[in-house]
Amino acid sequence: MSETWIILGATSAMARAFARKLAQNGANLLLAGRDMAELKRIAADCELRGATSASAVAFDARKPAKFEGIIEQATASGGSLNAAVFVGSMPEQSEMDADASLIDGVVQDSFTGAIRFLHTLAPHMEERESGTIVGVGSVAGDRGRVGNYVYGSAKAGFHTYLSGLRNRLARSGAHVVTVKPGFVDTSMTWGIEGMFLVASPDDVAESLIKAVKKKKNVVYTPWFWRYIMLIITHIPEFIFKKLSI
Amino acid sequence: MRWKTDNLMGWGRALTREAEIARPERLSTLSETIQESPCPAIGNRRSYGDASTAAKAIDFTRLDRFISFDSETGLLEAEAGVTIADILNTFAPKGWMPAVMPGTGFATLGGCIAHDVHGKNHHLSGSFGQHVESLTLMGPEGGSQRISLKSKPKLFRATIGGLGQTGVIVSASIHLAKCPAGKMAVQERRMEDLDAFLEAFNSSRADYQVGWLDMSAKDIHLGRGILEEAHFSSGPFEPPREPRAVPFNAPGFAMSRPIVKAFNWAYTKRVPEAGRDVERPLHKFFFPLDNVHHWNRLYGKRGFHQFQCVLPDDEAPATLALMLEAVVASGLASPLSVLKRLGHGRGGMMSFPMEGFTLALDIVNKPSAKALLARLNELARNAGGRVYLAKDSSLEAGYVADMYPELDDFRAEVQKVDPSGVFETDLVQRLKIRGQA
Repeated sequence: MSETWIILGATSAMARAFARKLAQNGANLLLAGRDMAELKRIAADCELRGATSASAVAFDARKPAKFEGIIEQATASGGSLNAAVFVGSMPEQSEMDADASLIDGVVQDSFTGAIRFLHTLAPHMEERESGTIVGVGSVAGDRGRVGNYVYGSAKAGFHTYLSGLRNRLARSGAHVVTVKPGFVDTSMTWGIEGMFLVASPDDVAESLIKAVKKKKNVVYTPWFWRYIMLIITHIPEFIFKKLSI
Repeated sequence: MRWKTDNLMGWGRALTREAEIARPERLSTLSETIQESPCPAIGNRRSYGDASTAAKAIDFTRLDRFISFDSETGLLEAEAGVTIADILNTFAPKGWMPAVMPGTGFATLGGCIAHDVHGKNHHLSGSFGQHVESLTLMGPEGGSQRISLKSKPKLFRATIGGLGQTGVIVSASIHLAKCPAGKMAVQERRMEDLDAFLEAFNSSRADYQVGWLDMSAKDIHLGRGILEEAHFSSGPFEPPREPRAVPFNAPGFAMSRPIVKAFNWAYTKRVPEAGRDVERPLHKFFFPLDNVHHWNRLYGKRGFHQFQCVLPDDEAPATLALMLEAVVASGLASPLSVLKRLGHGRGGMMSFPMEGFTLALDIVNKPSAKALLARLNELARNAGGRVYLAKDSSLEAGYVADMYPELDDFRAEVQKVDPSGVFETDLVQRLKIRGQA
């Protein structure tokens, strides 16, 4: 029986690379997101690359009424039930500074929408006593920085939720992987100054597949970001508050 | 769309420029980008000179999805950013492969069409463009049309091998060929000199043929090398292993004469005098250099030029001898020189292939390279031959009309679809391919 994966935010470059790898292993894929035309193209691609099935489903982190329907669709095809969460939005911090109402959307996209979905999904995974959740957070969630602390704090909340969910699901044999990517070469980082050590979505996807296989708890990708963040989180606050990194 | 300012260069790295590059990840972003600022599309930048450089360009590598596949007929529709290796890796296990594959699997579908590339089976299967059933072309206003040889013969033939001048190739349907096995049976034979080489090519019946030339051999050994003839053997398809990479630019002496000479000697001696039969996985046979990432860095920071021409049969023996002599005398030759037979197959007005012999070689970008390249270009033209624009960095603009007899038709067709020249690349401007401005 092939496994079923729900991919939230499936049009992102990282999600696409991850879905392709799952497809090559013959998974059933539910590709969830807002841009249906694009999702259908990705679904067709995944089927040609070996997915047992791949379908596009409408998902908006800000519209929780639709969540049940997606989960129902996923439970229809037996095998283990899994989910990968790539959703999130990151307007410029300066835009949010000018218009604080933008914050709600960021928190819904990057945190509350995602966890409400996972919370609805969790009982089904407990029932099947299997499955993995891959939650993509961000190194930005490790410490609030002047450049993007709204997004960072949403991701920090997401990390904390994932840690709690991992704790809960461990009792029933399901697993949660928290992923903290550094800079990834996607449309989000394309052309932005000051990017360094940028990883390809394909390399990130490969590390996610490995993390799922090895039941890792928290992974930084690429791996060296663990140490970069170790340093950044250990800078004393009285110095950190004066930095702009 | 955010534009990234970056250095843009061909694979040879001799010609570089600063450029604004957009890289859409969705189809909708592509048309928005074209509407906002129309410019040529580029793929994996595997052409050697300036065919894929321009002041502004759209990087197509993220538009790389398979769209549909008919397992009865082998017809594959895919976005233009898909690579040849990706097609091979995905479809070879199902018994299909691209009918024509260039020497690198990193080339994109769009690039293969825009240069109408050829492979080691050109004498049998023709050029890449001859296997294109239809394609979607986006014009300067962001609108798309579907064209085929039947529906729009002129525009289609201007697009195949058309250097991206007719618009952005968004996706294409290509006929895949049957892939009978995952391994090639390769026969390698030493060739003593140029005459023996040409003779062997002319009498070869192999499905796949390629010759490697020892460019440090001179006098009576001129044109010595190894002929590889191959056909499909048996066994399952194996995906390639993770490639190794050249991490940084090699120092200038890496391609100096004694090192190249030593390499050539070792490369020749690896094949015993009596020849040998070996089995190679498809990747190793078709894309021999792809398992060393960034091998172009071996030429150091200054980069290199690649010269490739095709010469008609009757002129080939004499002209090839003159070319080899010129290269050997210059001391600029590289270890990577290839001799191949081409058939007559070509898909477009500006396609490179013609019946005859094709010679391809790398030339380190030293000051003296210029004179050598000029000499080689002149020899090619005088022989009624043609220089491959996908490789070119040095041709005289005035030679293009002699080498490409359908140039006027091409110009007329391009003028219709892109009157203001938004799709011009550096190569097209350098060689005045669109006509005198």
